[in-house]
Amino acid sequence: MLLKYFGNDKESGFVLLILAAVTLIIPLCNLIFSAGSVFYFSAYTVSLIGKYLTFALLALSLDLVWGYCGILVLGQGAFFALGGYAMGMYLMRQIGDRGVYGNPDLPDFMVFLDWKELPWYWSGFESFPFAMLMVMVVPAILAFVFGWLTFRSRVTGVYLSIISQAMTYALLLAFFRNEMGFGGNNGLTDFKDIVGFSLQSDTVRAILLMSSGLILIVAFILCRWLVKTRLGRVVTAVRDHESRVRFLGYRVEMFKLWIFVFSAILAGLAGALYVPQVGIINPSEFSPLISLEIVVWVAVGGRGTLYGAIIGAIVVNYGKTVLTGVLPEVWLFTLGAVFILVTIYMPEGLVGLWKRKIGGLNHE
Amino acid sequence: MKYLMTHLIRFFFVILMIFNFVGITVAQEEGAEPTFSATVSELKVRSLSQKGKAIEQLVLFINPQRIVILQALLDGYLFEVRDSGQVVIAEGKDEKYTIVGAVNNNNIGLVDSSAIKKIKINNRLRSRVRSLIANIQLNSADAELRLQAVKILNKSITQDDLKTLKILAESEKDSDVLEALELIFALDDMDNSDRAIRIKGLEALKQKTSLTAVYKLQAILEKDSEGKFLEPDAEIRKHAKSALVKMQSRLNAYQVAQTVFYGLSLGAVLVLAAIGLAITFGVMGVINMAHGEMMMLGAYTTYVMQLIMPNHIGLSVILAIPAAFMVSGIVGIGIERGIIRHLYGRPLETLLATFGVSLVLQQAVRSIFSPLNRSVITPEFMSGSWQINEFLSLTWNRLYILFFCLLVFAILLQILKRTKLGLEVRAVSQNRNMAKAMGIPTDRVDAMTFGLGSGVAGVAGVALSQITNVGPNLGQAYIVDSFMVVVFGGVGNLWGTLVAGFSLGIANKVLEPYAGAVLAKILVLVFIILFIQKRPRGLFPQKGRAAES
Repeated sequence: MLLKYFGNDKESGFVLLILAAVTLIIPLCNLIFSAGSVFYFSAYTVSLIGKYLTFALLALSLDLVWGYCGILVLGQGAFFALGGYAMGMYLMRQIGDRGVYGNPDLPDFMVFLDWKELPWYWSGFESFPFAMLMVMVVPAILAFVFGWLTFRSRVTGVYLSIISQAMTYALLLAFFRNEMGFGGNNGLTDFKDIVGFSLQSDTVRAILLMSSGLILIVAFILCRWLVKTRLGRVVTAVRDHESRVRFLGYRVEMFKLWIFVFSAILAGLAGALYVPQVGIINPSEFSPLISLEIVVWVAVGGRGTLYGAIIGAIVVNYGKTVLTGVLPEVWLFTLGAVFILVTIYMPEGLVGLWKRKIGGLNHE
Repeated sequence: MKYLMTHLIRFFFVILMIFNFVGITVAQEEGAEPTFSATVSELKVRSLSQKGKAIEQLVLFINPQRIVILQALLDGYLFEVRDSGQVVIAEGKDEKYTIVGAVNNNNIGLVDSSAIKKIKINNRLRSRVRSLIANIQLNSADAELRLQAVKILNKSITQDDLKTLKILAESEKDSDVLEALELIFALDDMDNSDRAIRIKGLEALKQKTSLTAVYKLQAILEKDSEGKFLEPDAEIRKHAKSALVKMQSRLNAYQVAQTVFYGLSLGAVLVLAAIGLAITFGVMGVINMAHGEMMMLGAYTTYVMQLIMPNHIGLSVILAIPAAFMVSGIVGIGIERGIIRHLYGRPLETLLATFGVSLVLQQAVRSIFSPLNRSVITPEFMSGSWQINEFLSLTWNRLYILFFCLLVFAILLQILKRTKLGLEVRAVSQNRNMAKAMGIPTDRVDAMTFGLGSGVAGVAGVALSQITNVGPNLGQAYIVDSFMVVVFGGVGNLWGTLVAGFSLGIANKVLEPYAGAVLAKILVLVFIILFIQKRPRGLFPQKGRAAES
């Protein structure tokens, strides 16, 4: 029935089914079966898969702006990292007086820097709902300001890509500074609890994976719905011929802006789900290389399909986990080669290859 | 406080001199006139006061060796041979020392470190020795040495020194030495009890610039706890005030000059990094994310050249310039033919593919040379700095890079303006199809242009190797900056790149003292982002049809 609902877009339905299965089965298996059983997934695997799911959400957010709106953002990692920092700040406040210095009000790094009180922008982060709001609001504000400035003055194409890269680079430099009050070089880490439950417990890990999966599924459905709406159609038209859409009387920059802000919110959510599962957030998440890797995930999967981005993120990251484990030297070679080969020979990514194969079969 | 200290030190020296005087008379009373070698042997004594006497005695001999011995004593090269008790000058490492006799400078040979014993002095003696050496050098024929001597004496000047200096001043011809002497005299006049002389000294100070003078002038103008001036004479305060103001405005000017120089030198690096990009991105419209890696290849070429000829460092750096141009140029042509050619008209894809290239090149260098930074030796003629005065010094390597940058820019401009290749490049960049129709081999022109841009990046890498660490991440550090420079200056405009590079460099250095290095960089980045909002085509936008695309 579900497949029927997707009509001729069977691939989306398929990906959705697999996601739902992963989201349900892996955490349950981890909780029900004990170690040693064939069906048991270790805590490491659960965290790893949870991490992949957040990356998939991040890739989805980029595919929305790149694949459907034609904006190649080389700074998507910045929104991800901001969401992560907002979550990290909440988790830091949860530590309370269990830090090394045992200060009930200040995180360790502030005590270390001899700060006397919490900076104003840290206030409110002890509340979970407020932190979750900030996870979405902070990236949204950055995206709004950045998009409003650039789209209005019609900065497009590679210029926009490079400026967005400069944006994340500037944030990288800023977050490296101790004076910023975000832990400088080391970032935020040594988290203990989330809403009162230990992050180390299997149940919390399982729940985190489940929420990552659920949010990914919801975001995926939402994005699919969005691109099918009138707004989505206009956005796609903007990608294909911006000035023509403008001449037709649409306010192109507004369409771009909303889709950009929405995508930043998704990226922020991905970051917030990522941080408790890996246990650290530091400024390296802002580095331009991370943002470029996100682009590769989408390119490998196939852009402009949404489900392709999810596949790409999971495939590339699985490859990264395997390769960096076995031959760490080879990983960058592979990543570089993937960049080159995909852009030249597989402009539509894995999804394109699959479709061509199916098409070829139907032809016969 | 500082004022008091100088007085104390002076007082100390007077006492020391009295002791010395007594010491010498005692020695003379004993009758026997000591020989030079006997005095040198005296240096071995354990007692520091006796050692001091021996040093004072040594200076009285008119023997060229005395200055060598004193210098060795100062630098810790003066030793005593344990067996024979001979005083020697020893130099060496790894437990083996070459020794020469201190008295007659004859070579004695190689010994173990255990065979000799260092002749030690304390800080008090060390500063005395320093001023004694300076006193001797005041009469040297070399003006440079005399100037140095005057400066050393200035640090802890005694009344005796002052007398010697006044005698020197009467016969001094060299203007630099005279200048330094006048400053010392003026500073001394300030402390005179005669009011007229004090005013004369202050008047003279108005023409001078010196940090010591600034402190002394500030001391004159200080108030005590009750708000009364320490200096009762209003006339003197007025003169001191005006001298201080003049001096500080001169110091500020030097400060500004120094900042501008730092800015220009940073700008030169930015221009060098961006100028190759201005060709590939600006003229061809190709986004080359591997541009930074072309610079990295150039830097590593310098490193390899130094490995090939370790005995000719200066030559190797000069030869590295064409070598780096070739290496990066050929790699660039390879990238163009292999990858970019397939992606013309698809700028976003080009960006991604060339980023892939940059990752591969980085990892390749990491695998071949190790992930650690390699050190490139700075040749003799580029090390050190050009000390213009006490406050203004320009490092030679940065100065060379500044000139090198301008030279590369001029050459590149001429290539684009006057050669056949330049003409073809401009034609293709304006209208590819039309150029093709006119019989220009656009394929070859593309490859050559890309090679040229990459080659220039390699040359920039040679310059960078002289001021930063050579490592696999060298290029990454510059890629965002160089894109910013090109975009800020206006794509397709070499002059724009030059102006943008220098102005960003200066802006960075002007902001740095107020905001700190990192924040300055962020502010500049934010400024460019905002600037591009206002003028999306940069400082000097292209005009005409080419701008439309």
